[in-house]
Amino acid sequence: MRNYDKLIFELSKPGRKAYKLPELDVEDKEIKDLIPEEFLSDAELDFPELSEVDVVRHYTNLSNKNYGVDTGFYPLGSCTMKYNPKINEDAIRLDGFANLHPLQPADCIQGALQLMYELDRSLCEISGMDKMSLQPAAGAHGELTGIMVIKAYHEKNGDFKRDKIIVPDSAHGTNPATAAMAGYKIIEIKSNKHGLVDVEALKAVVGDDTAGLMLTNPNTLGIFEKEIKEIAKVVHDAGGQLYYDGANANAILGQARPGDMGFDVVHFNLHKTFSTPHGGGGPGAGPIGVKKHLEEFLPVPVVQKDGDRYYLDYNVPHTIGKVKDFFGHFGILVRAYTYILTMGSDGLKKASTMAVLNANYMANKLKEYYNLPIDTLFKHEFVLGGLKDPLSEVTTLDIAKRLLDLGYHPPTVYFPLIINQAIMVEPTETESKETLDEFIEAMIQIANEAEENPQLLKEAPHNTIVSRPDETRAARNPVLKYEG
Amino acid sequence: MMYPYIPTTHEDEQEMLKSIGLNSLDELFSDIPEEFRLKRDLDLPKSKSELEVRSYLTQLANKNCSTSEMTCFLGAGAYDHYIPSIINHIISRSEFYTSYTPYQPEISQGTLQYIFEFQTLICRLTGMDVANASLYDGGTAVTEAALMAAAHSRKDELLISKTVRPETRQILKTYAHSQNLKVIEVEMADGVTDLEDLESKVGDNTAAVIVQSPNFFGILEDLQATGEIAHKAKKAVFIASVDPISLAILKKPAELGVDVVVGEAQGMGIPLSFGGPYLGFIAAKNPFLRKLPGRIVGETVDKDGKRSYVLTLTAREQHIRREKATSNICSNQGLNVLAATIYMVTMGKEGLKEVALQSAKKAHYAFEKITASGKYKPLFNKPFFKEFAVTSDIDPETITAALKEENIIGGYNLGKDYPQLEKAVLYAVTEKRTKEEIDKLCSVLEGIK
Repeated sequence: MRNYDKLIFELSKPGRKAYKLPELDVEDKEIKDLIPEEFLSDAELDFPELSEVDVVRHYTNLSNKNYGVDTGFYPLGSCTMKYNPKINEDAIRLDGFANLHPLQPADCIQGALQLMYELDRSLCEISGMDKMSLQPAAGAHGELTGIMVIKAYHEKNGDFKRDKIIVPDSAHGTNPATAAMAGYKIIEIKSNKHGLVDVEALKAVVGDDTAGLMLTNPNTLGIFEKEIKEIAKVVHDAGGQLYYDGANANAILGQARPGDMGFDVVHFNLHKTFSTPHGGGGPGAGPIGVKKHLEEFLPVPVVQKDGDRYYLDYNVPHTIGKVKDFFGHFGILVRAYTYILTMGSDGLKKASTMAVLNANYMANKLKEYYNLPIDTLFKHEFVLGGLKDPLSEVTTLDIAKRLLDLGYHPPTVYFPLIINQAIMVEPTETESKETLDEFIEAMIQIANEAEENPQLLKEAPHNTIVSRPDETRAARNPVLKYEG
Repeated sequence: MMYPYIPTTHEDEQEMLKSIGLNSLDELFSDIPEEFRLKRDLDLPKSKSELEVRSYLTQLANKNCSTSEMTCFLGAGAYDHYIPSIINHIISRSEFYTSYTPYQPEISQGTLQYIFEFQTLICRLTGMDVANASLYDGGTAVTEAALMAAAHSRKDELLISKTVRPETRQILKTYAHSQNLKVIEVEMADGVTDLEDLESKVGDNTAAVIVQSPNFFGILEDLQATGEIAHKAKKAVFIASVDPISLAILKKPAELGVDVVVGEAQGMGIPLSFGGPYLGFIAAKNPFLRKLPGRIVGETVDKDGKRSYVLTLTAREQHIRREKATSNICSNQGLNVLAATIYMVTMGKEGLKEVALQSAKKAHYAFEKITASGKYKPLFNKPFFKEFAVTSDIDPETITAALKEENIIGGYNLGKDYPQLEKAVLYAVTEKRTKEEIDKLCSVLEGIK
């Protein structure tokens, strides 16, 4: 592949055009006769001038600088980089979905509402909850919506002294950030030596100021919180609510349900568990589900059914209000529902089973070559703690960079924060045993290289188009736009 | 049973279980307490073939009325602009859509570079110094900007004009409640922000003044005058929500005293898709650089001095700062950023301007023609861009139904949000509408009894 190094602006040549619009067919008045001159700009727009071929080649070349799930194995822990089925992409492009204005009258949108309603029911069944809001745009947005629902619940009970949200130290960064954004103080509790919530520590911090606990189960170490019944009891007895961060829900599809474990609010990341693409950072979707007692606080509108008719219900008695324009990321909802229809109850259960089998298989093989600080039965992912040799100068970052040379997207690194030199591996169910074996071999090769030729790793990657871009320089002297 | 997305064979399963030292797949879940193991199948239909799924979804899609089958004069925050073919082709490249957030820059230069290009284009369009990699949508972008303003000014009153899209104001209220911030609405006068009312409300506690231009009624606000009033309050941040396409012909917000520009970029290459996913953007003057929410891409060099791009200024973000982050947001609208970037460079210097001019000229043609007979009267007498409101004696629901009979998607019933405007309808006209379509709209409207 040729070494392509242009910005789109550097391709511009005066006079080129990549578009053609129909001739204006209404009377061509001067714009200043329609809009007063004081509003109009007399400056030219500083946008590039290109041909269509320029644009297509440029972005095709950029795509070649990317790595996706379709390129190869992407064992990025906590991100569930499973295969993104192609029929999902076709589904959102169906005319009746893609070209549907959100504010059309009810009789024009029945198909869209039916899909949303059926997705709502399906996600409730999968999670064991009673009603969903499909509005949140992402996992973090679902968290925020869910915590606002919990806040509204306490406020309706006249319970204004509950100003703290508890999160384990293994939690995703979004959990404390969300709770802070919702106006809460954060209490962090330490995990015990098994990587689980320390129930005694939890008991010590709960009280009449506890609004709730945010928990991921299985947690970010890939371990199921076995004491969940006791955890739920402790939080509920203190008058708090239990929030389920669904980032790791791929481990339990059809095996267990957060609603049955005592959770009051859950969110799902449809872009993880339900196969919608990550799109280079988004858009995703983070619908939330709640138990009956919290339904009256959901954001408006919710999708309801009356006889054969589906409708948007704005009449939610104590709604927190709106959290998002229109009704959520409909295009993502369509993809997720397509996946649920395709997989069915049997396929979803098979998916979680194989995701867990793959993770345990890899953990068991890799622990001979890498630290596995907590060695137990894992769910969908596991966390290594760097190389076995404590004196090795090779860090987790070096291992990750060397994996790039070997054709892989590295696992999540340096998270969760409670594991030193963390390497968080989530294979998902869509990878074959051959792929897992090849990756294991690559990891073994790197462990050997770390002993024999550490410099090779310190300087990795060697085969990529750029290598270790200087992040310190980027932050110290920010260049955030092209100035040419 | 085998599934197309799950490659593990029965033989693989047995080998893998043996390697782990387990006897059955069931044992993989032995750590889940017995009482929480689901001992039945999920109450969902069984798996289906692609053919069955496609057929079912097509049935659902066909129950909707699409804008390709009907002529759309509905806007109110979502617009039927033309989407060039190349966008769908490029965003369908799976190197783009199956990738994650670009945490590993060596194998994510494609994503990082298009975000950098997007930031550049948004800065050029708005005249601002910095832009981020995007936010969920135009509504939440207003809220993120307002929260940033409150943190920046350490004040708690958010002033927002009633001419801002109603849903946007509702989102702001939801978030503001959580942080004990006060949302104070500024009255409107003849379809624009009442500057006297604004002046009376701006004070020592003002964190932000928020307006939208073109506003919800399509009317252009006097940003300069609004900004001057806003800035009478020390540290108050002046936030404007804009239609990015309008900026191809209108004065740039940066020249008019705006501190933070936000907006919805759906009109630039993103399908209507029943309301989402869309594309929020935020751009600001330099002092807000380290306070912006969300992802930001910066240029740097790699270890061999080669130009490259990375996620930067991450010390603002949740994965580093946890509860001290500027926002909890951790995604951006990735693929939609790509769509809008391709749109902007495809339309380019002349094209975006032509879209803006054609939309404005066609909207004014429609406005004049609809109001010609006097049956429909202008709701306001103010300069507008591509949307305008008219009022009549006819119930808006009757109008919508009559237009639908003729395969036209009618305008937005303003009475839903503004009780005092109960017979008013808001129409949007983009460059896609033809004279013939506009004439038909007018003749159907004339014929309604």
